[in-house]
Amino acid sequence: MSELLIKERDIVVPGEVLARGMDYIPTSGTYREGEEIMASRVGLVHIDNKIIKLIPLSGKYHPKRNDIIIGEVVDVSINGWRVDTNSAYSAMLSVKDASSEFIARGADLTKYFDIGDRIVTKISNVTSQNLVDLTMRGPGLRKLISGRIIKVSPMKVPRIVGKQGSMVSMIKQMTNTKIIIGQNGVVWLQGEPEAEIIVVNTIRKIESESHLQGLTENIKQYLGTVTDGGAKDSTVEEMPVEGEQK
Amino acid sequence: MSYDKRHDGRDWSEHRPIECSSGVIPNADGSARFKIGNTIALAAVYGPRNLYPKFLQDPKKGILRCHYNMMPFSGAGDRVRPGRSRRSQEISLVTEKALLPALELNDFPNAVVDVFIEFPQTDAGSRCAGICAASIALADAGIAMKDLVSAISVGRIGEKLVIDLDYHEEALEGTHVADIPMAIQTRSGKVTLLQMDGLLPPDEMGTVVDMGIEACRKVAEFQKSALKNKFSDKNE
Repeated sequence: MSELLIKERDIVVPGEVLARGMDYIPTSGTYREGEEIMASRVGLVHIDNKIIKLIPLSGKYHPKRNDIIIGEVVDVSINGWRVDTNSAYSAMLSVKDASSEFIARGADLTKYFDIGDRIVTKISNVTSQNLVDLTMRGPGLRKLISGRIIKVSPMKVPRIVGKQGSMVSMIKQMTNTKIIIGQNGVVWLQGEPEAEIIVVNTIRKIESESHLQGLTENIKQYLGTVTDGGAKDSTVEEMPVEGEQK
Repeated sequence: MSYDKRHDGRDWSEHRPIECSSGVIPNADGSARFKIGNTIALAAVYGPRNLYPKFLQDPKKGILRCHYNMMPFSGAGDRVRPGRSRRSQEISLVTEKALLPALELNDFPNAVVDVFIEFPQTDAGSRCAGICAASIALADAGIAMKDLVSAISVGRIGEKLVIDLDYHEEALEGTHVADIPMAIQTRSGKVTLLQMDGLLPPDEMGTVVDMGIEACRKVAEFQKSALKNKFSDKNE
């Protein structure tokens, strides 16, 4: 008979045996060897019926198709732009995917994006060799002008976004700022200078307390104390938020 | 002169006191500190990241690069010359080979994982301490691993088989001393490092390796709790 050797939300380390027997199914972050299912990274255990999964607690971003990320243009070539994705692999944005308007052959590409520009962009394809293609066609995909950029742990992005974007829209409303969260752990924000500082502190707080129960409540309280409860009507920017907490 | 009692009062099969923690270097993607007796290892992991020059890239899997370095003031008084030496290059290589079987780098073609291991203070057993620290740091960096790697040195002083020699014992005069640094994959018990310096009767080799495997399992418990503590602190 199969037996489970760990509990839901336990922290496990690589090589730790999670279950014995063939009744459980190993998924991301786990592997099977003979009868046993083992962890292959540090993470929180999540058991869904017979399926065992690890929620990673650390690690770098790995490019995934359809992720919306914030990248930095690092090179301009003849047929597009090379974009740093805050991962081991840089990405290519080709001219034909760069804009809805027509870009003639031989045009000066720096007019559209120059080296150092930050762009909100979507990953359109990732090959087996991890060559990454980007596209700028889609709602909300654009070049970022002014505001500030901070980096967070990519594994904490789902916590900062919250269920169906609940966490980030709460922060936006209570501080009256615009926020875009890239799945690669790059966050852009823009608002009053004081509000920007509050948002940065709030995000750092979420990062360090993301394991706690009732995170949303805690953050709401924290925001309430630092913004004198000021929930003014805000320009909540509609962004397609993905990868929210299950 | 016979060595019938260890100079620091340890049992023959007792390792020096171990302290270890993870996440000690905020800038790195993963890091760890491993202290065994007076030997201290600090490991920092960066990556997976882009690898240049391009000819070093492997299109089939990511590669691992280890850098072992003793700090100038880390020895017993003589200044260790900074920079690479024949010794440090060899140890970097065996560290790499000891860690690689546990790593799962197939998801990172053309990329590299860099491991930097520094020793602020050494008192023998540094390659083992370095491997232990590196293994924690790699797990802390969120790199896929089949297993943790634990290492310790075993050996023979005079007629006695011992665990975890310090420098005093390693350099003991008037007796034959064998020093065998070894590393295993914690769960499977597969040996990934086995070197020897000195003389040992062939029939005792098996016994001493078994002692080492048992000691490595003890070391592994410290490594596991270092990893778990980092994250569970925030669970309160």
